[in-house]
Amino acid sequence: MNAKKAKEDVIHFIFLILGLIAVGSVLVITIYLIISGLPAIREIGLVDFLFGKRWASTAAEPEYGILPFILTSIYGTAGAIIIGVPIGFFASVYLAKMAPKKVCQVMELCIGVLSGIPSVVYGLVGMLILVPGIMNMFNVPDGASLLAAIIVLAIMILPSVIKVSLSSLQAVPREYEEASLALGATTTETYFKVTVPAAKSGIFTAIVLGIGRAIGEAMAVMMVAGNVANMPGLFQSVRFLTTAVASEMSYSSGLQRQALFSIALVLFFFIMLINATLMLIKKRSQSI
Amino acid sequence: MKKFWLIALVALCALAPVFASGASEESQIVSTDGSTSMESVIGSLAEAYMMEHPEVTVTYNPTGSGSGITAVSEGRCDIGLASRALKDDEIAGGLTQTILALDGIAIIVNNENPVNDLTLEQIAAIYTGEISNWSEVGGNDGPIVLIGREAGSGTRDGFESITGTEDLCQYRQELTSTGDVITTVSTNANAIGYASLSAVSDSVKVVTVNGVAPSEATVLDGSYLVQRPFVLATRSTEALSDAAQAFFDYITSPDANEIIAGAGAVPVAE
Repeated sequence: MNAKKAKEDVIHFIFLILGLIAVGSVLVITIYLIISGLPAIREIGLVDFLFGKRWASTAAEPEYGILPFILTSIYGTAGAIIIGVPIGFFASVYLAKMAPKKVCQVMELCIGVLSGIPSVVYGLVGMLILVPGIMNMFNVPDGASLLAAIIVLAIMILPSVIKVSLSSLQAVPREYEEASLALGATTTETYFKVTVPAAKSGIFTAIVLGIGRAIGEAMAVMMVAGNVANMPGLFQSVRFLTTAVASEMSYSSGLQRQALFSIALVLFFFIMLINATLMLIKKRSQSI
Repeated sequence: MKKFWLIALVALCALAPVFASGASEESQIVSTDGSTSMESVIGSLAEAYMMEHPEVTVTYNPTGSGSGITAVSEGRCDIGLASRALKDDEIAGGLTQTILALDGIAIIVNNENPVNDLTLEQIAAIYTGEISNWSEVGGNDGPIVLIGREAGSGTRDGFESITGTEDLCQYRQELTSTGDVITTVSTNANAIGYASLSAVSDSVKVVTVNGVAPSEATVLDGSYLVQRPFVLATRSTEALSDAAQAFFDYITSPDANEIIAGAGAVPVAE
């Protein structure tokens, strides 16, 4: 009996350790980011850092203002959500309720593939097709711009938006719809007035996940956005928070490197904010 | 319980070769660290050397000139690679520089662009935004799209210091690799960019500078102006390991010239 209990305890202990690895990683990353991100902010000054409009990290008189990056990340993510969420939302309503089974299977397979494509491939296709396309279509000198990044991001968030809203739509009890249909509503009315409201929290979750994916993407954006630290404009060459860190990290040194860690800290703060929103949504949907 | 021991045994067997091989090769590793522009040169040299000396492994860590210099001065690698001359304070900090080769930086434009020659002054004026239309330098009417590298890149540093445009360039795009620059220039008819001569392919057109086309001969005799050294940085106070010294001697000897030239750089050993 004792031996059995000891064995149980050992196994519990091993599982505890494995669980702690994940928790430990988060703690280590958080602490490391705060420790390495704060010195530069202190040296540059929080206001100058967050609201400075000019980034020139290797200039003779360096300036470290990241307002262009923050605004670009916000505009870029908002743009991707504005384009990507309606497409994803209607696609998931179609898949959940209207699509014939065969179509549904094929489309779900495609969405699965879409989510598996590495971001560098999105970037490459964007660079070779989208960027020259924007250049010719809008007659601008160069197509690498905020618009190109928004389009790439909108496509990249589609799979997570569709998948999460799809499963929440499928989880709506059939009885709700039957009741609505029995009262004389058409199927379309039923889907949009009964099913969708019932799946509301899942759809919000999908949108928040999409925001998280879009704001954290670096590789694909780096290849299509042009990476110049301009204030954002639709056809401007822009730099996101993520690409600001990624593009300069490999050659950086001194205060420049510390400032890159500070940018990462700001990005981390945004991601935390998004996660907190996500938890709030989940909590509220449970309490209803 | 038996199962557990069996799994443990299998795991141990699987791990054993990893430790065994790690131990036997440890004494024969030559580590290099630094400039991404030197990748093709150091890569082909290492490959040729390892072919002749299978007991030695030459590693290369593409981190950038600055990181490579830091790594060698902190003793984290045997040879640091820099695609610029060492600064005075770096030499004072205990490093010795040996020029391995010279590299021309090619000025590239789109294949459809009729411009064939630019002066160094024109290039500087183009990159600072004084000249913004191709018609001002003999091309078609069209806005000049400036493509460059990210801050801190050895190629950008080399280009800007040669043309005297430090901190003044009005880039439209800052890309993080030579390949990205070439691809972007090849897809935009109005683009101009710069790239290591060794990396340039015929998907873009190389313009002549002050009438001189970049080539091995013109880089070596100095008539092609946009060029920079590839430097090996070693610790002055501390001798290289035997394996590292043998590799160092090999790559700086005339025997290696052919390989360096094959990788697109201009060898200097005689």
